Amino acid sequence: MKDGLPIGAAYFAVALSLGITASNIGLNALQGALMSFLNHASAGEYVGLQAIKEGSSIIALCIVTLITNSRYLLMSLSLSQKISEDTSRFHRMLIGFGITDEIYAFAMNRENLTPSYYYGTMTTTIPVWAIGTMLGIVLGNALPTKVIGALSVALFAMFIAIIIPPCKKNRTLLFAVIISFVLSYIFDLFFTISSSIKVIILTIIIAGAFAILFPRKEDEYV
Amino acid sequence: MSNIIYIFAMAFTSFLVRALPITLINKKINNRFIKSFLYYVPCVTLAIMTFPAIIQITSSPIVGLVIFIIAIALAYKDRSMIFIAFVCCLITYLLETLI
Repeated sequence: MKDGLPIGAAYFAVALSLGITASNIGLNALQGALMSFLNHASAGEYVGLQAIKEGSSIIALCIVTLITNSRYLLMSLSLSQKISEDTSRFHRMLIGFGITDEIYAFAMNRENLTPSYYYGTMTTTIPVWAIGTMLGIVLGNALPTKVIGALSVALFAMFIAIIIPPCKKNRTLLFAVIISFVLSYIFDLFFTISSSIKVIILTIIIAGAFAILFPRKEDEYV
Repeated sequence: MSNIIYIFAMAFTSFLVRALPITLINKKINNRFIKSFLYYVPCVTLAIMTFPAIIQITSSPIVGLVIFIIAIALAYKDRSMIFIAFVCCLITYLLETLI
């Protein structure tokens, strides 16, 4: 519970800006709250909303959600090594459902990761996330344009806050991130396809190339 | 109505991505390519989504670029996520009011 509060506060601003994006796409407050409660993924929901806006097919939406949330696959993998082996399948599924960048970071810092610690963090952050999104949708139309504009950068600021720290420890990763910024920019100059498809194509090319050219050593991570 | 279908499709995919590995896998994965690929994916994906989108949502690309640089500098200094988000929102508001 205690660790959940600062995460919850950080979530709120971002959830608000996500709600503003959602209201521009035509989601009502209840749909937004439901989306955030079930997904609780900033980047994942953001690309999902882009896909809805572009009128993508359900399959395309699932693929972008999968790709964008693929980091949770990795976190879920590493948590599977961290929790005790006799954790029941039900607890494993619930822990899996609760994975977010921040909860994962807190969980990995714990010596003993028990389901109850984990649920304490989940029960604070996920409702805040859902309510923040709902308020973003409700207030989105009432707030002055400049305030909305300012809040909309919160999401990207959060992405940057996730990207940079691991890059400090690994120069190859930093190189991959710089290449991603540059190729993403160049891509926009030449193609006008949907941003969700762009994310899939570039992620597979860049991460694939780096995995081939700079494979990780055996003892690193997971 | 169709929004609801989209939301459930998203939620179902998100749930599978998160819950399947921890539920099904008890052993370590040994394939080096898969491990390396999974390692690079998160940051690469977020980087692609961040830039140039951040300079496209602000009223002028210059404002977006300034925010982009400030966010990177603060993240490099290990500032917390909420602090970075708050500072970036505040500076965006000030710049957009001034320009």
